[in-house]
Amino acid sequence: MFVQQLVNGLMLGGAYALVAIGYTLIFGVLNLLHLAHGDIFMVGAYVGLALALAGFPPWATLGGAMLAAAALGVVVERVAFRPVRSRGSHVTPLMTTIAVGLVLQHVVVKIFGAEPVAFPAPFAAAALALGPVTLSTLQLLILGTSVALMALLELFLRSTPTGMAIRATAENPTVAGLMGINVSLAIVITFAIASALAGAAGVLLAWNFTGLSPFFGVKVGLKGLAIMLLGGLGNVTGAMVGGLVIGVVEALSVGYLESSYRDAFAFAVMILILLARPTGLLGARLQSG
Amino acid sequence: MSEPLLAVDRLSRSFGTLVVLAGLDLSVAAGGIHAIIGPNGAGKTTFFNLVTGALSPDSGRIRFGGSDIGHLPAYRRTALGICRTFQNIRLFGSMTALENVLLGLHCRTRGGLLAPLLDVPFRRSSGEVAARARAVAVLEMVGLAAKAHQSAVELSYGEQRRLEIARALASAPRLLLLDEPSAGMNPQETLELEALITQVNRRGVTILLIEHKMSLVMKVSKIVTVLNFGQKIAEAAPAEIQRDPRVIEAYLGS
Repeated sequence: MFVQQLVNGLMLGGAYALVAIGYTLIFGVLNLLHLAHGDIFMVGAYVGLALALAGFPPWATLGGAMLAAAALGVVVERVAFRPVRSRGSHVTPLMTTIAVGLVLQHVVVKIFGAEPVAFPAPFAAAALALGPVTLSTLQLLILGTSVALMALLELFLRSTPTGMAIRATAENPTVAGLMGINVSLAIVITFAIASALAGAAGVLLAWNFTGLSPFFGVKVGLKGLAIMLLGGLGNVTGAMVGGLVIGVVEALSVGYLESSYRDAFAFAVMILILLARPTGLLGARLQSG
Repeated sequence: MSEPLLAVDRLSRSFGTLVVLAGLDLSVAAGGIHAIIGPNGAGKTTFFNLVTGALSPDSGRIRFGGSDIGHLPAYRRTALGICRTFQNIRLFGSMTALENVLLGLHCRTRGGLLAPLLDVPFRRSSGEVAARARAVAVLEMVGLAAKAHQSAVELSYGEQRRLEIARALASAPRLLLLDEPSAGMNPQETLELEALITQVNRRGVTILLIEHKMSLVMKVSKIVTVLNFGQKIAEAAPAEIQRDPRVIEAYLGS
């Protein structure tokens, strides 16, 4: 039972972590919150739904959703951040991104309807019994995909020139520019990557819950934001760890306590951790000074 | 007379009601070491910020290598060959010494930011391999090759100053702006810095130097410009500057 819930929690947490990493990357380079990020996650899931209904295989569903989300993220940066970045206060992008999120929700309602819709299973999942634990091949695929995406991201940030440019921009955009980095382009690339990860998480969670609604980005977005705080603002590794922690807490509360209180437990644990460690689990390594 | 490498024309900048630069004219000839001195608040660092693109001027022109660069963003000016160090060290603290230098090399690596995304994923391109070799060579030049893989914040103060110079050199500048490079250095470190500045200059890099240590200024520079209240009050060879009554007055007050 415990190990079973632990596996469920890791799977859920992996997808949460992908969303939270996006928040933290964007916060890292801009020091601003992107409140439509949960809706980009939702749009990614719907693009995946459209592709799956059109008969595309699971890998193309996932890839298409990531590409569409990345493109959408770049557009959001253009319309909701860039025009207000230099002039507005920190509050302006909060409002512009909330507005973008509402627009996205209503566009999806217009196209797919407001009712929750079923997401077709990507394949007939087989159950694997490992002693007392039963894993489905679908769960393994979801967990494996989110872990692989996180590993790729970590490698990208650590060892490619573009990844280094993003880290430098996060640490100090002015100095990065003076050292020859095109900061505006680094920001656009950051949005594309963050949004692609959210799109992937949208499809992965939709596979697991086999259903989605135009408004399920709001709750997951809020959770992603909380996980970013839990992991430490702007800290990518912290978002990964935080996502897994919250996923496991949620799954354990479903297993042992009351499934309708799962979000309450997840947020309560977050508050307790932040009371003990106000800068989050892993401090503020990527944050700019 | 040949065209100067850098020429600013009636350059002005205020912060609120405080006029920091008031119509500054200044030319830097290619190939030399040009020092800028002046009391605190004379506008020296603001001048650097305007030339490198960290700030925009209120009015005036900035020409570099014959073309107007006053409207270009900072990264384009770096690509043209202007790079700098900072009065207060501003290394990337989350990175190693080598990574800091690699970052400076960024604008010289073919293809720019998007190239690695379009390239075969995570294969190290020939350009990147060459970049690493160059970064190590630059670290050797400033005497930090042995500390390449240490985090920048773990280095000593003098080492951090030299790492900043290495990072700027990695961008292959034609004009290197050094903002008080000897600040906080002991006499031995200052001597090493002096040798480094001369060596860099001998390799063909024009140097613009803001410095308070007069011994260093007098030894390395060919020409000295004195700023006070955002204007040029004197410009001459170092030996002459020391005798200039206006300079003495600016420093000692009246």
